[in-house]
Amino acid sequence: MENLIGLLVAAPLLGAAVLLCGGRRLDRSGPWVGTLLAAVSFGLGVVLFADMLGRSGEDRTLTTTVFSWVPVGGFRADVGFQLDQLSMTFVLLITGVGTLIHLYSVGYMEHDERRRRFFGYLNLFLAAMLLLVVADNYLLLYVGWEGVGLASYLLIGFWQHKPSAATAAKKAFLVNRVGDMGLSVAIMLMFTTFGTFAFGPVLDGAEAAGEGKLTAIGLMLLLAACGKSAQVPLQSWLGDAMEGPTPVSALIHAATMVTAGVYLITRSGAVFDAAPTAQAAVVTVGAVTLLFGAIVGCAKDDIKKALAGSTMSQIGYMILAAGLGPVGYVFAIMHLVTHGFFKAGLFLGAGSVMHGMNDEVDMRRYGGLRKYMPVTFVTFGLGYLAIIGFPGLSGFFSKDKIIEAAFAKGGTEGWILGGAALLGAGITAFYMTRVMIMTFFGEPRWQPTASDSGSAAGSGAPHPHESPKTMTVPMVILAFGSVFAGGLFSINDTFLKWLEPVTGHAHGNPPVSALTVTAATMVVLVLGVALAWARYGRRPVPVTAPRGSGLTRAARRDLFQDDFNHVVLVRGGEHLTRSLVYVDHTLVDGVVNGTAASVGGLSGRMRRLQNGYARSYAVSMFGGAALLIAATLLMRAV
Amino acid sequence: MNPVNYLYLAALLFTIGATGVLIRRNAIVVFMCVELMLNACNLAFVTFSRLHGNLDGQIIAFFTMVVAAAEVVIGLAIIVTIFRSRHSASVDDANLLKL
Repeated sequence: MENLIGLLVAAPLLGAAVLLCGGRRLDRSGPWVGTLLAAVSFGLGVVLFADMLGRSGEDRTLTTTVFSWVPVGGFRADVGFQLDQLSMTFVLLITGVGTLIHLYSVGYMEHDERRRRFFGYLNLFLAAMLLLVVADNYLLLYVGWEGVGLASYLLIGFWQHKPSAATAAKKAFLVNRVGDMGLSVAIMLMFTTFGTFAFGPVLDGAEAAGEGKLTAIGLMLLLAACGKSAQVPLQSWLGDAMEGPTPVSALIHAATMVTAGVYLITRSGAVFDAAPTAQAAVVTVGAVTLLFGAIVGCAKDDIKKALAGSTMSQIGYMILAAGLGPVGYVFAIMHLVTHGFFKAGLFLGAGSVMHGMNDEVDMRRYGGLRKYMPVTFVTFGLGYLAIIGFPGLSGFFSKDKIIEAAFAKGGTEGWILGGAALLGAGITAFYMTRVMIMTFFGEPRWQPTASDSGSAAGSGAPHPHESPKTMTVPMVILAFGSVFAGGLFSINDTFLKWLEPVTGHAHGNPPVSALTVTAATMVVLVLGVALAWARYGRRPVPVTAPRGSGLTRAARRDLFQDDFNHVVLVRGGEHLTRSLVYVDHTLVDGVVNGTAASVGGLSGRMRRLQNGYARSYAVSMFGGAALLIAATLLMRAV
Repeated sequence: MNPVNYLYLAALLFTIGATGVLIRRNAIVVFMCVELMLNACNLAFVTFSRLHGNLDGQIIAFFTMVVAAAEVVIGLAIIVTIFRSRHSASVDDANLLKL
């Protein structure tokens, strides 16, 4: 069974290699090859899952060392895999949702000339993410981590002929690089502290290591998670990443990439449990991001950017839960899985809408699409109900638990975190209802799309139509997941019992009863929906965006995240380099040039002594000899 | 006779030779003055040999003579060559070797 873990990673990697090296003869079959290999990986995942279920809770972990990677003296880095319940959950999510997205892309990218390459990149993305979750040490995890970064760069910038896409890809890569620095520093710190990178010794030994070191490691891991998971302050790449094709957005937001940060924090739980400061930083980041993303999501008119804001916010929930310690790990992962279902469904739905609307993304030019795209409407609607936490659907179970856990933190902290989570739930209801109403309800506001959309049919008004089967089938399957996953996980606490051996679990005691929390969640939910309906459902939606309040305008500009980055980082960096150049020119060059000039001047004077007259040389020789003799005699005399 | 007198003589000869090297321009004369200095040294060596009662100084004197003979051969050859090319035996005229 252990050998299958390697195959799990190898299948999509093989797909990437074949598709990227195979040349044009694979243009026709390429998409199906990619999808097939993703499905093979999913099949292997299911086999391993069935095998894992056959064993009891404690010895479900499979470990295998494939080969010794870098054995140098005391330094050992092995390529080894570890498949436990946490990894298994991720494997199933990544391969399952990933396969569906592959299938969807077959339809979505049908007319793209470079689709073979696209599927190669998608496979690479899956392989990197799988490597990340099944690695048994931090160094191998880092390889997967970087692979994810690379694949996301390639995919976000897939339509590289658009300057905006190329820029967005670079931005995503650079921002991720900042986070990657954090991870590499954390790994180095681990090596100096524990002498190894393997999960086992590091996490088991965490208790014994000093709190200062653990805090440093924890904060660096948090920085890494912030980069990959688009958390404040490294969140700015996520919105721009929408420049990529929609299936890529679905993949990044649901199955791969942004979930990596949550995985990292959950996996390193032992480190954070022993470092309260780092843990406090994690919850702060989670709470801030969850509100930040939600507020941004409220103001965006671009359907994908609104969903991107929502992802940021939902990942914020997960990070918050993961920062709560053993009380929250299980719920973080549970929300991650349910979110994987409904967010993938929502993105695929958005892609389907764009597909039918000549790639229009402005929701103000949608409206009344429910009659034209019934399947998309229903699946998107179910995803919508799931994400706002409608009772009985997936999001309800997972989000409710996180809010409870946040309150259970206790004290003022608990009230603040719980309040933030509760407020976030209300805002989520508001912006998702807004998206829903603007897209599928109301009067049609279609307009001829701008000529730069690149579509051949870019001239006339769009003719919305339902998407082909390859696109709708994945949406339907994901909709099932959005509806039932949460319930299935929560019956008898199945998910909790499944993950508990790995992450541990502690029951929190919220200051108010769980029922009260649920009731409060319902109240803010209804308020959010009602407010959105009042603003966008009752009144017609203007086609051009009104000026809006100060907050709206700020949120439209992503709460000035880019301006902040520009002023502080770009400008700051420019000033720094300029002053460094100045120092280099004046100080360093001054010293070097000054030395050279003084040596030159001195030797210019010295060369006068070389006048070519043999007799003057003889004089200096005699003089020197006389001096030497005089000195010798003098020394003797003394 | 007191052997120290030989040392005075050697010093006198050496001084005359050194002065000649420094102030005379004619290469031949300079050359002869160099010889004078060498011979002054030889005289000093031999005197010290006598004073100390061993043969070291006398052996060195032979070496000096051999070196002086070799030097005379090469030095005269150079002087003759310079005279042929520059039509002058003045050491100040051969001043091209400079920066």
